[in-house]
Amino acid sequence: MSDGRIVKISGPLIVAEGMGEARMFEVARVSDRELIGEIIELHGDQAYIQVYEDTSGLGPGEKVVTTGQSLSIDLGPGLLESIYDGIQRPLNIIYGQVGHFITRGINVPGLDSKRRFDFIPNPDLKEGDEIMVGDTLGEVKETELIMHRVMVPPTLKGGILKRKPEKGTCTIEDVIAEIEADGEVQEVRMIHRWPVRTPRPIARKILPVKPLVTGQRVIDMFFPISQGGTATVPGPFGAGKTVIQHQLAKWSDANIIVYVGCGERGNEMTDVLQEFPQLIDPKTGRPLMERTVLIANTSNMPVAAREASVYTGITIAEYYRDMGYDIAVLADSTSRWAEAMREMSGRLEEMPGEEGYPAYLPSRLAEFYERSGKVVCSGSDERQGTLSVIGAVSPPGGDLSDPVVQATLKVVKVFWSLEDQLAFERHFPAIGWLSSYSLYHDNLREYFRSEVEEEWEDVRTTAMSLLQKEAELKELVRLVGVDSLSSSDRIVLETSKHIREDFLHQSAFDPDDAYTRLNKQFLMLKVIVELHRACERAIEKKAPLRKLLELPVREKIARMKYIKEDDLAGFDAIFGDITTQIAGSMTENRAGEAE
Amino acid sequence: MVTEYNTIEEIVGPLIFLDDVDHATVEELVEVELPGGEQRRGKVLEVNRNRVLVQLFEGTRGVDIARTKVRFLGRSLELSVSPDILGRIFNGLGMPIDDGPAIIPEKRLDINGDPINPYARVYPQEFIQTGISAIDGLNTLVRGQKLPIFSGFGLPHSELAAQIARQATVPGREAAFAIVFAAMGITFEEANYFIRDFQETGAMERVVLFINLANDPTIERIATPRAALTAAEYLAFEKGMHVLVILTDMTNYCEALREVSVARKEIPGRRGYPGYLYTDLATIYERAGLLKGEKEGEVLEGSITQIPVLSMPDDDKTHPIPDLTGYITEGQVILDRVLHRKGIYPPINVLPSLSRLRDKGIGEGRTREDHPQIANQLFSSYARSKEIEELAVVLGEAALTDTDRAFMKMGEKFEDRFVRQALDENRTIEETLSIGWDLLTMIPRTEIKRIKDDMIEKYLPRKADDDEAPAAAAGDAVQKEGVE
Repeated sequence: MSDGRIVKISGPLIVAEGMGEARMFEVARVSDRELIGEIIELHGDQAYIQVYEDTSGLGPGEKVVTTGQSLSIDLGPGLLESIYDGIQRPLNIIYGQVGHFITRGINVPGLDSKRRFDFIPNPDLKEGDEIMVGDTLGEVKETELIMHRVMVPPTLKGGILKRKPEKGTCTIEDVIAEIEADGEVQEVRMIHRWPVRTPRPIARKILPVKPLVTGQRVIDMFFPISQGGTATVPGPFGAGKTVIQHQLAKWSDANIIVYVGCGERGNEMTDVLQEFPQLIDPKTGRPLMERTVLIANTSNMPVAAREASVYTGITIAEYYRDMGYDIAVLADSTSRWAEAMREMSGRLEEMPGEEGYPAYLPSRLAEFYERSGKVVCSGSDERQGTLSVIGAVSPPGGDLSDPVVQATLKVVKVFWSLEDQLAFERHFPAIGWLSSYSLYHDNLREYFRSEVEEEWEDVRTTAMSLLQKEAELKELVRLVGVDSLSSSDRIVLETSKHIREDFLHQSAFDPDDAYTRLNKQFLMLKVIVELHRACERAIEKKAPLRKLLELPVREKIARMKYIKEDDLAGFDAIFGDITTQIAGSMTENRAGEAE
Repeated sequence: MVTEYNTIEEIVGPLIFLDDVDHATVEELVEVELPGGEQRRGKVLEVNRNRVLVQLFEGTRGVDIARTKVRFLGRSLELSVSPDILGRIFNGLGMPIDDGPAIIPEKRLDINGDPINPYARVYPQEFIQTGISAIDGLNTLVRGQKLPIFSGFGLPHSELAAQIARQATVPGREAAFAIVFAAMGITFEEANYFIRDFQETGAMERVVLFINLANDPTIERIATPRAALTAAEYLAFEKGMHVLVILTDMTNYCEALREVSVARKEIPGRRGYPGYLYTDLATIYERAGLLKGEKEGEVLEGSITQIPVLSMPDDDKTHPIPDLTGYITEGQVILDRVLHRKGIYPPINVLPSLSRLRDKGIGEGRTREDHPQIANQLFSSYARSKEIEELAVVLGEAALTDTDRAFMKMGEKFEDRFVRQALDENRTIEETLSIGWDLLTMIPRTEIKRIKDDMIEKYLPRKADDDEAPAAAAGDAVQKEGVE
């Protein structure tokens, strides 16, 4: 432990002297107010410390004490339903202590050590058993939705179970078991601390082959992400990044959601906090908050803690993945994290890379996203868990050549491109269908084919090629007008309009439309494709274009998104209408010819 | 005992460097005495052992190395507050400049404030009626929101901001309100426009003004919005008032910030603005909202609603100032030069404008059940009319289909009837919505896709034979004033 003195203060960076024994990334307490900081550079006995709280009022000569620990967080039951700042201080407790505004030097533990849980031991365990890291000792019901698996933490060594866990109520601090390793008896508690910048150990990574079902049609159908995959949503302000993140947090079929509000608006976090306890998970009938952990380091909170917030979030997510759950981390926005890095880098007077960002920006981003994945967890039962990461990026002016966007695209597999123009038209989600991509189609093909619909792939590719054709035709229309197009091209335009307005467009605020199950998604698109094919055949048989454009069934298609999930018979009616109305247009035609 | 230093070593732009200072702390307030006895104020930016970097709010003109004396006051820049600040005029640092008596402080508050705990916030969803259709109908303002006006040079942002200040009410709820007005680097005439407006409407006794004009010290502007928001926080959260804060012009604020950054030789971000511009702006804009009350589920009486005004250099929305602002604020109202040239006031381009808090502030129980759907329909129809307009320019109107022509006509009427209104015209939300419905009679019913059937049945006026007739009938009062 070192005991030094401040010599320099520049924004969130302080320099202290007399820090000869300090280690890199060790946590230090600064001044009598005990502000939390992390050592990020060492020169001789000088340490450069980024401080996670406001530094105003600090002066040279004040003391700095190291703690011997890296920046770590508490892991154990009680994380769910919490709202933390960037360094895992519970904001609700801070509110209870100091009121509406966050003052400095508040010291609050991340988990409640008084809360008691009913511990249910793993019945297979016997004293004297060989036990390894990651093995299950028992479980506690953390919320109605989630059973929290209590495992041998990776901070301990595997060995012989000396004292097996017993049924009973206990706090996270109580010793629940003892393990002997290398002749030493280790006590196991439900809580342990883990350094946020170190990925948690796993057995091995495996290939993700199941989609993360989001209920968002443009995502699930056209640009799916797999469970354990990575995606990015870059877009200018107002294009709906946050709404998409919120939709995924609400509706995606992950077991647990970790939502990291990194340098964003305070009211957005409030929105989540107020809305989630009232939203009911359709599968379990419980409030969504019971599966959610929130990390809120809003834009006006200290910039260094913003940098830590994404690591805090992903560490919590990894911990739940260790239990064999499917987790989604939603990080909004990674640009603010990158800017926090840039600010510290500037204060350290490092040579800047692109746009002033530090040269290590791409590697930090890559390391972060690489902590995602589908894995075989450590432990002898070979259970599997997944961790998906969806990061929003806020490039200046929506310009995708921004270094953060480029560095992110290099590592993620799904790109949802938000477009200004779509947002202006209030086409939400404003995910552009021509520029977005997903590299998971191949991995997921088999799942969609066998678990949802045989024709899934076929319908999707047909619809997508129509949209591409539409883009070309629109160019043409701009030059020569719509009347000069052939009948079949006009049909392409009309069908594409249905795809855009009646399938891709989805209202996050309409209770019937906010979430669509995979089978309904398929039927919706199938209806449109079916109509298109029928029209094409009719055109070949010289049916009049005007009649085809004015088919009454088109209005029904415009309203099919409101068909209830539990009454999909409505689609049969539409399929029926298509057949009869197309046939009708043909007979009229013949009648017309006969005259 | 305050020590006096005359150890200035270097003077660069608005900054001075002192040596041999015993104990200075970051953000500490500094008093500088010039050779002639003039007093100026500054704050400590950086401390490196005994060397201290100080930023002077009133500039360094006349400061010398040999004789200028510097005192460190041991506290940060504070604002004296009491209920008497209402109706008073202060300079950019929060000193009274209206020849009135000094404020006897109830409290002295650090102008930097502390961040609001997100957990302590209440999500804003109380509709504010501004009486302006383009805002109320499509980009609704709610109490506790921060909604900036993105403008350009020569556009009527001051008129619009003043009209909002004059007309804003929460229908059915009368409550104590106040306006905090912060002028940063604007001209005397612009500031005077607001002051006269406040006086004429009798609002002056509910207004607190912080004035830093174009010829006032540039660096003082860095403190101005913070002083204003400190006053607003006091009035809102300690005195239970609903405070509307107008900050104009934020572009001048950012330029002052850039000036300091350049003098400090910091590595610049885009267009020379400092890399921490986002964080800095956030510490201003985030000082808005509603807070929780004592008991669970209660809302603390009082709120801060912010309307920052900024001029976009070259009307460029991707310029760092509007860009970063848009990422922090809850939407934006964008003024458009083309509409302005057409003589439409307010020249609000609704398409790129946005209110992020709209969806939870409107609809049944807040405005009217049909509001969310008709707003979406108007947006998409107007967007389509604009697209068709472009097409018509290339191909000529003759090449358009009937539906296209209907949309185009509707788009024109939209600008003329819905967006356009008089400077003193205060429309209720019902008036705004009914103009909207009238416009929808101009397009085929099959094209109304964003509204559910039952709403259409209930609200869509019966289509008359003449396209002009229904819109004119309902919007008549409006139109007469609009046309004058």
